[in-house]
Amino acid sequence: MSSEVRFVDFKSDKQPTWCPGCGDFGTMNGMMKALAETGNSPDDTFIVAGIGCSGKIGTYMHSYALHGVHGRALPVGIGVKLANPDLEVMVAGGDGDGYSIGAGHFVHAVRRNVDMSYVVMDNRIYGLTKGQASPTSREDFETSTTPEGPQQPPVNPLALALASGATFIAQSFSSDALRHAEIIEQAIEHDGFGFVNVFSPCVTFNDVDTYDYFRDSLVDLKEADHDPHDYDDAKEKILEGDKEYMGVLWQDEESVPYHQTHGVTEDMTEIPDGAADGTMDLVREFY
Amino acid sequence: MPEDLNWAIGGEAGDGIDSTGKIFAQALSRAGRHVFTSKDFASRIRGGYTAYKVRTSVDRVESVVDRLDILIALTERTIDENLDELHDGSVIIYDGERTSMQDVEIPENMVGLDVPLKGLAEDAGGAIMRNVVALGAACEVAGFPIEHLDSSLDKRFGDKGTAIVDNNQTAARLGQEYTAENYDHDYGYDLETTDADYVLLNGDEAIGMGAIAAGCRFYAGYPITPATDVMEYLTGRIDQYGGKVVQAEDELAAINLALGAARAGARSMTATSGPGIDLMTETFGLVATSETPLVICDVMRAGPSTGMPTKQEQGDLDMLLHGGHGEIDRFVVAPTTVSECFWKTVEAFNLAEKYQIPVFLISDLALAVTEQTFPPEAFDMDAVEIERGNVVEGDDIDAWLDDEGRFQAHFPTSDGISPRAFPGTAGGAHMTTGLEHDELGRRTEEEDVRVEQVDKRAQKVETAKEREEWDYREFGESDADTLVLSWGSNEGAICEAMDLLAENGEAVRFISVPYIFPRPDLTEAIEAAETTVVVECNATGQFADVIEHDVLERVQRINKYDGVRFKADELAAEITDCIDGEVSG
Repeated sequence: MSSEVRFVDFKSDKQPTWCPGCGDFGTMNGMMKALAETGNSPDDTFIVAGIGCSGKIGTYMHSYALHGVHGRALPVGIGVKLANPDLEVMVAGGDGDGYSIGAGHFVHAVRRNVDMSYVVMDNRIYGLTKGQASPTSREDFETSTTPEGPQQPPVNPLALALASGATFIAQSFSSDALRHAEIIEQAIEHDGFGFVNVFSPCVTFNDVDTYDYFRDSLVDLKEADHDPHDYDDAKEKILEGDKEYMGVLWQDEESVPYHQTHGVTEDMTEIPDGAADGTMDLVREFY
Repeated sequence: MPEDLNWAIGGEAGDGIDSTGKIFAQALSRAGRHVFTSKDFASRIRGGYTAYKVRTSVDRVESVVDRLDILIALTERTIDENLDELHDGSVIIYDGERTSMQDVEIPENMVGLDVPLKGLAEDAGGAIMRNVVALGAACEVAGFPIEHLDSSLDKRFGDKGTAIVDNNQTAARLGQEYTAENYDHDYGYDLETTDADYVLLNGDEAIGMGAIAAGCRFYAGYPITPATDVMEYLTGRIDQYGGKVVQAEDELAAINLALGAARAGARSMTATSGPGIDLMTETFGLVATSETPLVICDVMRAGPSTGMPTKQEQGDLDMLLHGGHGEIDRFVVAPTTVSECFWKTVEAFNLAEKYQIPVFLISDLALAVTEQTFPPEAFDMDAVEIERGNVVEGDDIDAWLDDEGRFQAHFPTSDGISPRAFPGTAGGAHMTTGLEHDELGRRTEEEDVRVEQVDKRAQKVETAKEREEWDYREFGESDADTLVLSWGSNEGAICEAMDLLAENGEAVRFISVPYIFPRPDLTEAIEAAETTVVVECNATGQFADVIEHDVLERVQRINKYDGVRFKADELAAEITDCIDGEVSG
């Protein structure tokens, strides 16, 4: 069955309400393509969406999905995956959802290394609330709530992931359809937590981090002779301030996902009609 | 009241008070005696004052009393802290060679037994066993056969090897012999043993065991007193049934992890205390509107804010009934005894899945730290029934697809209960959201759909009110003029208070309410009584407010908010005051 699945099967009949030209269209198309290419089907896939423009994604895709509380998408996704390891779990959210209100969960999701993927649609702005600074906004980026700019350095999500012990760190660009889908595919196939920061430009509220800016500045690691398995090289590139990269920066070849380190392999959804065999032993323990 | 003995060991945190107390309680339980334990403790790792108290009788014991017969005092403060409970003839066992105890003064009317606990422990193999020496001395004082203590020591230390067990048993004997040889005193105790088999457990353990029995396979939590024991109980044990405990980074994550597992189709829960509930409240609405079956347990402690983390209170009722913005459909269940902690947990999972709704399971510190004896049949696993509600798969999916073949996870049925397809089920793919949504789970702001979905969720509650038994537990004289109402852990103390009242010729009808919402209709009972008294551990009378709202009649209130659970004798006096007040007023 899976070989027959095409990326349009992951598309719902609901028309997106994103602004024309929004980066999220490309981000979503790449996710759908990557899910189909990796042999998944809508019935075996669970998408968890955060809050914000990006959070609408669950509605526009066809799969099992939950659109939850702002910032808590990752814990939901982890819960889904642990309860049923056979599901393909992908969490998608924005930079506010992931690096501001949900930053704590990001750190710990990275540490847990559950076999799932996390796609952050990073537009460096709060779009749904009409243009306030986000945690990845530039220091001097003027917005309605930061008239002088945030005047604090933006979060470096890749460095945050690295410091948290990430086993897969990638960055992509929503308008480079082929490369984007390819990178998401690698994140899905990674044996552990596949984290992809996707530059997904906001055409309405961000006139700095634009399509043109990313097109001009992004360095594709595929063409830069980068070895994603070289930790020191990855670290150097991630911490470099003056360049932005596209591609897989770091992949730990030794990655052991949570279900192996913690022995979670069974589908937890099937239970007997009464107390399981042997539960009377639990009572006797108290004798 | 039952003929009982009240025993305690107290000292500083870090003195091994809990584990020593548990060993003695287990010995009594293994000797076929009933046990009811309580703890005085402060929230610190070392220092301060902490005590483990055991009330034991051949008859069932359901509460603590203000009387201490035998006290092992490792610090002088232990004696000071318990002066109110000690009485003429109380026995105090202490080690006069311990630096801090050299100048200790035993009150004149009491019996002080100076036993070189450390020295005798060293003779047995190590100073670490000094508390066990004290237990041996206590056996001598209580007239309790030391073989039962041997059995308990074997349970406690068996996995550390026979040498450790032997040394501890020797230490106990040295304490017993020293006491017998050096103090020629008739203490007047002769603890009877019976052939009864009992298990000894606390409310948190009963909740954990109930969860496994109910088929819970996923637990996420963040450590917090006094709920941590639920998590510690499940850790390792739930794995044997294919489940997992995940320690979350905070309670925000804990409830969302549990929610995720529940959406995947696992029976899932989280447990916390008040401060954790504050954080989890963020997600209550999502659980309800996404119609996800989830059990959320609050083991209450004294608030607000950090409050008194190791003290008893029932102050979270309003929050659990109403917490969260908007209007959130939910059930609220509050077990009244340790064994009921088990059964109500099982029931909470069934209710959650049958009605696809959040179920709050309210326990409290008094239940959590009380270790109580029960016959094993009180936890009869064969009696556990699991009902999963309207889960659909295979061809049954078709009945729930719309004209375009889309699964309608929020279809507004007449009873409000929609079909549930676990992810992975062919043809069942659907989304859901905390946004108001249509029957497909997609966002909507259409007025008629909004009303339809709100009504549908409310209808589930109405359906449950009709289909389920929301009964109460009743004690005493059903035609008595005085009606006592309570909820949660106060049941035991009230039952014993009734015995005291009966001795004074006061008849009382007592209704203990385990279902807070939906709850039984108490109108008739209240109208039939001359005096209605609502007993609860909080300052404002949150349950009393609920009852008054239900019956539109004023009730009397007994409130306790000093951080200590109700005791039978003080309750009896307060109930009498209420009755007298009503008569004179």
